[in-house]
Amino acid sequence: MNNLTEETWDIEITGKNSLFDLKLKDVWQYRDLLLLMVRRDFVSFYKQTILGPIWFFVQPVITILMYTIIFGNLAGIPTDGVPKPLFYLAGTIIWNYFADCLTKTSTVFRDNAGMLGKVYFPRLIMPLSIVFSNLIKFAVQLVLFIILLAFYWGKGALIVPNALILLFPVLIILIAAQGLGLGMIISAVTTKYRDLAFIVSFGVPLMMYTTTVIYPLSEVLQKYHNYSWLIKLNPVTAVIETFRYGFLGKGSFSWELLGYCILITAALLVTGTIIFNRVEKNFVDTV
Amino acid sequence: MAKVIKVENLSKVYQLGNFGTGTISRDLERFWARIRGKEDPFLKIGETNDRTTKGGSDVVWSLKDLNFEVEQGDAIGIIGRNGAGKSTLLKILSRVTSPTTGSVKVKGRVASLLEVGTGFHPELSGGENIYLNGAILGMRKAEIKRKFDEIVDFAGVERYIDTPVKRYSSGMYVRLAFAVAAHLESEILIVDEVLSVGDAEFQKKCLGKMGDISTGEGRTVLFVSHNMDAVTRLCSHAILLKNGCLTGYNNTSNIIDTYLRSDFGTTAVRKWEENGSPGNEIVKLLEVKAHDIEGNIKESFDIEDKVSVTIKYEVLKKGHKLNPAINFFNVNGINIFDSHQTTNPLFKQIIVPGVYESTVTVPNNFLAEGTIIIGVAVVTHDPFIVHFHETDAIAFNMVDKAINNLTRGDFTGSMPGVIRPLLDWQSVKK
Repeated sequence: MNNLTEETWDIEITGKNSLFDLKLKDVWQYRDLLLLMVRRDFVSFYKQTILGPIWFFVQPVITILMYTIIFGNLAGIPTDGVPKPLFYLAGTIIWNYFADCLTKTSTVFRDNAGMLGKVYFPRLIMPLSIVFSNLIKFAVQLVLFIILLAFYWGKGALIVPNALILLFPVLIILIAAQGLGLGMIISAVTTKYRDLAFIVSFGVPLMMYTTTVIYPLSEVLQKYHNYSWLIKLNPVTAVIETFRYGFLGKGSFSWELLGYCILITAALLVTGTIIFNRVEKNFVDTV
Repeated sequence: MAKVIKVENLSKVYQLGNFGTGTISRDLERFWARIRGKEDPFLKIGETNDRTTKGGSDVVWSLKDLNFEVEQGDAIGIIGRNGAGKSTLLKILSRVTSPTTGSVKVKGRVASLLEVGTGFHPELSGGENIYLNGAILGMRKAEIKRKFDEIVDFAGVERYIDTPVKRYSSGMYVRLAFAVAAHLESEILIVDEVLSVGDAEFQKKCLGKMGDISTGEGRTVLFVSHNMDAVTRLCSHAILLKNGCLTGYNNTSNIIDTYLRSDFGTTAVRKWEENGSPGNEIVKLLEVKAHDIEGNIKESFDIEDKVSVTIKYEVLKKGHKLNPAINFFNVNGINIFDSHQTTNPLFKQIIVPGVYESTVTVPNNFLAEGTIIIGVAVVTHDPFIVHFHETDAIAFNMVDKAINNLTRGDFTGSMPGVIRPLLDWQSVKK
C-alpha cells in the first residue's frame, strides 16, 4: 500500500542468501572477539609450561637441524650457496605458517562444533583467529631467522639483502591468504564428508616436497627443466623464492611467478570465503 | 507495542539416519533437480514429525509453517514435549542454524544462551573468560570492562577471579557463565533450559534477573523450559509446539492447561505397530498401560489407590538377561523415581524368546497429585545395554479428592512436594 507503514528489521534470518554476502561488516563488529580469540590461543599455548613462548623456537630449530643433516649433508642437495641452516629456516617458517593455517582451518568446524552449535557470531572469525594466532608464532620464528641471518652475516657469509625485502608484508598476506582460502574450501567440504580430512592429514606434509623448502628452484630448473612448472604451480613456491631472494639475495625471483601467485591466491581466498559462508549457515546439522 | 520478532512460514527439515556413502548420490540427485528447477525430491510435503511412528521418507520436518509475532518487552515461554521443535526454533532464532523455508525478522540485538559457558577455555582465568565469553555473546570489550565488577559480584566468585576455570567447582563455573550472559545489553534474550543447573538459590537469582530483564528493562525474553513453574513465574505468554507445529499462542496459564490436557491427558495405554515399535533385534516394546489392581485401564487414579503399570514386550532372541525398568516423571519434568525389576528370579537368568508382561505396582498414598508421565525401558545390566527407552510412553493423572484423605487429614491447603507418602508418626506426651 504505502511504504511508510513498512517496518524496518535489523536481522532477517532466511534459508537462502546471496552468494556474495560475505558478512564482512559483521566480522568488523566482532573484531574484539577476534582479538580475544587470538589472545586465548596464544596464552593457552604456554600455560603450565616452564619455557613458555620459547617453545615456538624449539620446533624450527630441531627441524632445520634435521634438514641440514639429512638433505644438506647426507643427500647433498645444494642450497644456492646460502648457509644450509639459514636456507632451510627461510623455507620452513613460511611453509609451517602455511601448513598450520591450512590444517587448522580445514578442521575448524569440527574442532569448534560445540561452541558454534550454541551461539552465533560471524563464523569467519574462527579461521581468521587461526591465521592471526599463527602469525604470532611466525613472528617469533622470524626473530629466530633474523638472529641466524645476523650470525652468518657476521661470519662473513655472502648474504646480500636487496630491495625486494620490501615485499615482505605482501608475502605474509599472500601466504596467510593461501592457507586460509584453501583451508576454508576444505573445511566446507569436510563438514559433511570427512574423507577429505584424511587426505589433508597426510597430504600436507607431502605437499612440502612439491615446493622449494628443502631445495632451491634453480636446482629444479637445471635438472628437470621440463617439469619445473609443477613446482611453480604451487603458489607457495613464489612466496618462498621471493622471500629468500629479498633477504638472502639468492633464489629465482621473477615477477611473472609472483603475479601468478597473487592471482591464484586471490582466487583461493574469494572462493574459500564464498563457500565458507554458504556452509556455515547449516553446518551444525551435518557436522 | 512494537513488534520485535516476526516469524513467517518457518520450516526446518532434518535428515534422519547417517551421512555416508548413500548420501552423496542423493546430494547429486538434489543438485540435479535444482538445476532443472524442480522441487527437492527428498522433501515430502505434508508429513508431520511424530517420532513414534516411522515416516515414509528419511527427512523430518522438525518445524513446520510457524507463524507468530513477539512484541517488545514480552517474556514468551516455549513449551512442548521432547522433540516438539523447541530447541530447533531457538537455534534458528539465535542464528546457529538456518531455516529450510520461511523467514524470521528481528529488531535489535539478539543474545542467545543455549548453553552456559559456551567458549569458556579451561586454562584461562575467570577474568579472562569473562572477556572471552562476553565477546562470543556479542559484547564489545569496552562494554565488558564497564560491567566487569558487576558480573563478578553477581557470580560471587571474586576470590577465584585469577584462577583458571578448570579448577572451579561446577557450580562456580555455571554462576560465572550465567553472570556474563545476564549482563548482556541485547534487546532480545533467548534462553534454553540453562537453569536446570546450579543450586536452588542461584536458580532463584537467575529467574529474578530474567524477570527484571523483561519487565524492568523492557527487553524481550524467549524461554524454553520443561519446568512449568519457571515458565509460569517468568512468562506472560507461551507458545505450545507439537510435532513441529504451533498449536497455541496465548497467555501462559491457558497454554499450560492445553499442554497438560492435550499431550498427557488421554494416553493411559499405548500400543505399537510391529514395524514402528521401539527396540532392537533382541527385544521390542509392544504395549504400555496404566491400570488399577483389577486390571482396568484408567486415566486418573485417586492418590489413595494403588497404581500399576504394565509393560508388554517381545523377546526375539535368546542370549541376554533382560530387566524391564520404568521412570516416573511429573509435569515439571522432575524424575520422581526409577525402578528396575531386580526381585524376580526369572530375570536373573537368560530370557527365552516370547511375549512377556511385566507389571510394577506403586503403593497407595505415595504419589502426589498431578500428571505422572511414564518412561519405560528394557535394559541388560552387565554389560549395560539399553534395548529401548521410551520416555513419555504414557501418562495418567493422580487426583486428590481432598476429603477424608489420609495424607492430608483435615488440612485443605495446597501440599507441595513431588511425592506424598503416608508416613508413620509417633507422638507421646513427655
